[in-house]
Amino acid sequence: MASNTIAGTGEKQQTLLGADELILNMGPQHPSTHGVLRVKLKLDGERVIGSECLIGYLHRGVEKIAENRTYQQFAPYVDRMDYVAAVSNGLGYCEAVEKLLMVEAPPRARVIRTILTELQRIASHLLWLGTHALDIGALTPLFYCFREREEILKIFEKYCGARLTTHAFRIGGLQYEAHDTLEKDVERFCKAFEPRIKDYEDLLTQNRIWLGRTKGVGILQAADAIALGATGPVLRASGVKWDIRKAMPYAAYDQYKFEIPVGATGDTYDRYMVRMEEMRQSRLICLQAIENIPAGPIMAKVGKVLKPPPGEVYHSIEAPKGELGYYVISDGTVQPYRVRIRPPSFVNLQSFDHMVKGHLVADVVAIIGTLDIVLGEVDR
Amino acid sequence: MLDQAIFYLFAGVAVVSAILTVTRRNAVHSAIFLITALLATAGIFLELRAEFLFIVQIILYVGGIMVLFVFVIMLVNLDVAVRQLQFARQKWVGLLISLALAAQVGLMLWSSRKIPGQGVPVLNAVPADKLPPNSEEVAKSLFSSYLLPFEIASVLLLVAMIGAVVMAKKRT
Amino acid sequence: MQEVTQATMEFMKQYWAPLVCGLAIVAVLPLIVGYVVLVERKIMADMQARLGPMRVGPHGLLQPIADAVKLLIKEDIIPDDADKLVFWLAPVLSVGAALLAMAGLAIGPAFQIAQDINVGILFVVGVSAMGIFGIVLGGWASNSHYSLMGALRSSAQLVSYETAAGMALVCGLLFAGTLNVTSIVEAQRNQGIWFGLLAPVALFTYLVASIAETNRAPFDLPEAESELVAGYMTEFSGFRWSLYFLAEYTNMIVVASVATTLFLGGWLRPFSETRWLNFIDFFPPLLTAVIGVYCLMRTPKQPARVQQLFMLAVAGLCFAVAAVLASPVLVPIAKPSLAAAVRPFYAGIHGGFWFIFKVSAYIYFFMWLRFTLPRYRFDQLMRLGWHFLIPLSIINVLLIGIAMIVGVYYHLNGWRLLLATLPASIMALIIALFILALDQKGEAQKAPSRAPDSYA
Repeated sequence: MASNTIAGTGEKQQTLLGADELILNMGPQHPSTHGVLRVKLKLDGERVIGSECLIGYLHRGVEKIAENRTYQQFAPYVDRMDYVAAVSNGLGYCEAVEKLLMVEAPPRARVIRTILTELQRIASHLLWLGTHALDIGALTPLFYCFREREEILKIFEKYCGARLTTHAFRIGGLQYEAHDTLEKDVERFCKAFEPRIKDYEDLLTQNRIWLGRTKGVGILQAADAIALGATGPVLRASGVKWDIRKAMPYAAYDQYKFEIPVGATGDTYDRYMVRMEEMRQSRLICLQAIENIPAGPIMAKVGKVLKPPPGEVYHSIEAPKGELGYYVISDGTVQPYRVRIRPPSFVNLQSFDHMVKGHLVADVVAIIGTLDIVLGEVDR
Repeated sequence: MLDQAIFYLFAGVAVVSAILTVTRRNAVHSAIFLITALLATAGIFLELRAEFLFIVQIILYVGGIMVLFVFVIMLVNLDVAVRQLQFARQKWVGLLISLALAAQVGLMLWSSRKIPGQGVPVLNAVPADKLPPNSEEVAKSLFSSYLLPFEIASVLLLVAMIGAVVMAKKRT
Repeated sequence: MQEVTQATMEFMKQYWAPLVCGLAIVAVLPLIVGYVVLVERKIMADMQARLGPMRVGPHGLLQPIADAVKLLIKEDIIPDDADKLVFWLAPVLSVGAALLAMAGLAIGPAFQIAQDINVGILFVVGVSAMGIFGIVLGGWASNSHYSLMGALRSSAQLVSYETAAGMALVCGLLFAGTLNVTSIVEAQRNQGIWFGLLAPVALFTYLVASIAETNRAPFDLPEAESELVAGYMTEFSGFRWSLYFLAEYTNMIVVASVATTLFLGGWLRPFSETRWLNFIDFFPPLLTAVIGVYCLMRTPKQPARVQQLFMLAVAGLCFAVAAVLASPVLVPIAKPSLAAAVRPFYAGIHGGFWFIFKVSAYIYFFMWLRFTLPRYRFDQLMRLGWHFLIPLSIINVLLIGIAMIVGVYYHLNGWRLLLATLPASIMALIIALFILALDQKGEAQKAPSRAPDSYA
């Protein structure tokens, strides 16, 4: 049963006890590959000696679709990439096209965008926390996380009628005025959320098993993280203080005070701590933002038909999973000439092989979980 | 009557599965039949009211065969093993040894019939509830009359264990 | 004529009564297991801020039956490359071993199948350990890597934790001085104290080891759903899968029963020999009556007529059980002349209640852990077993043995035996913590800065 050769070379690699290595095909249908990721693992007993990620099971050709749609028509498609953080995706795209059009969203729109995007970050991190804990075997945090995520989705629903693929923003601003209770809803959520984070931490942070499963697992050092192009919490957990919200502020982030949490060793535990702290910071940003939402229009003066001048623009935002960039080329027509998307999940997934070597099978799922990938975004 | 029927059932199972153990080509199947043979033997022990021996047989062999299984699965390339006839070379030696063993047992049985009161001891059947509790009896004899052999065996096992630990330590 | 009748009766008693009891267990146990699963799902739901099964019957009370029917009529899939015979045999072996182990248990002084088996507790432990064959063979026969890895994990886990569990049992057996299940409980009655209190460290060790042996979280590595899909059961479906499931839950009941028998006083009431605490006898009927009242209160809230009736029936059942439980307590008070006649029933009925109550508490603890803790990694599991649990259990046996000698020397018994065993337990605990600290220190030194070797 355990006889296999390394793919391609035909050469047999000897392992401990002289047994042959085992090739385990994890996914695309596996409970904890977060969708349809397929990982081929070369195992010596239970230890991973090599891995290969096979992707593309959820490829829908989003970038190609962009070339056959007008700028406005394409906006809902980006929601379908990282479907657990649709608001952030939309924000990146809208801002990129605004840059191309050389317009700026009015201040009111920018503040509301900030609030919704930060709520989305919390929602995305909550989903990550729940599934990550589930991968490591803790069943209960998932349901607690979904309870809070539900509140956020209710706010989205109240705002724009959709919960998941929201299409909340429009190029040039917002389509909908904020509903009357937006501030109150967000405030209520933020008030309730603080003790809830403590609940999750009570269950996990000091738990000996959790520490054992996450500390020292999947270490990604700062230099490696930069070399592999990792961004977002994965990069910050390695100790690199890089956050586009601070480095190149967009929306209304320059108005608010918040910290960028960084880790020290870059292991799974640090990534966990960084994301937990990020949720707290996002909550603080939301609280600051609802204090003072400026009055005024919500839509900049853009025409019904968008015809950006010929040119190209790259705009990136700090999505919950890392740097989400849109590279849009316009040839002066109503349709973009080319849209290239830099998805954070796809780039972060590169570090998987680096992180997983020498670990056990159980750590593979922990590392997939800690990278926080969404296959819709990886495959696009 | 029922006792006899049960005895022959167990004995038959033991013999048949012992034969199958050596004739099966698949090593895992062999191991399964080995367990069956051992469990049937355990059954005979139970019928003899040797409850302690019965359960010790089960407990020890569960652990022992477990390890055997793991070794078979891990180390034997089953695909290749199935195609070969196992133990082909030692066939004649094996036959000879088993014949010698059979002759010995047969001789013993035959001589015991000839000289009454000697050879195979046949106890008067005692009702089950009149028997002394046999795990206690085993314990008493182990810790009184056979204390020295018991301790020697323990020390031997301890030495083996320490040896295994030392060998495993050297590896890493 | 009379002799013949008597002989027939004797024959029946010897051979058929156990057979009937056995058949009853085989017939009823799946139902019990089904309801244990339902209770587990309900507890899980309660801990996770949701409701759990609510659709089939009031509060999902008929869910186990629906599940069983679904599993029975599912398509029976055997993978093409599987070893068909072994694939067929494995779940049967697992469930057979688990059910056979039930035979050695005594649920009350009167209810036991293999009545006079001299090696009772060893029988239960040994036979239930045989279920591992089913797991390993099933995992191997499926011809799937996940199954195989689950099977290998499972065998390694059993071999590692069986030792610790066995050593923990030895502690209890030292106090009891017998392997017979009934005598063990009698010994606890005579001592007036449960062995779990005399040897808390042994109870703890057995608790941990029994969780590992039944493959429950946080030691559920052989079937870790996020790593190995479903471990050794990956390729099993429908009825065969349900057999594995049945075996797993039966094993839970078996280990809980062993712990109850040996450490928690079996069918004895708490403080069974303390006269002035006899009011505890009112607890069982009161508990069931309260459950009945609760069901009654919920009845009008049920949406459908059928569900209301069902709820009423459940309430009625609770009251009936309460009445049965109350009768041996109330009858002697009402009519002292009947006290002697009622006494045997008291032992049977209340013994059964307490036994089931303790087993349930033990299983509840299992469930509680499952919903709270993440899962161990395999090397951590092995380290916990070999570096912590086994040394702890061996040292504990040694110290408890010394404490026993001290107890004999000073004629300590009952609660006074605690004077000897408590220091022993504390010492064992201190040594254990020392081992743990030593282990972690070694680990910290070994831990490299980058890409740690998980086998270290």
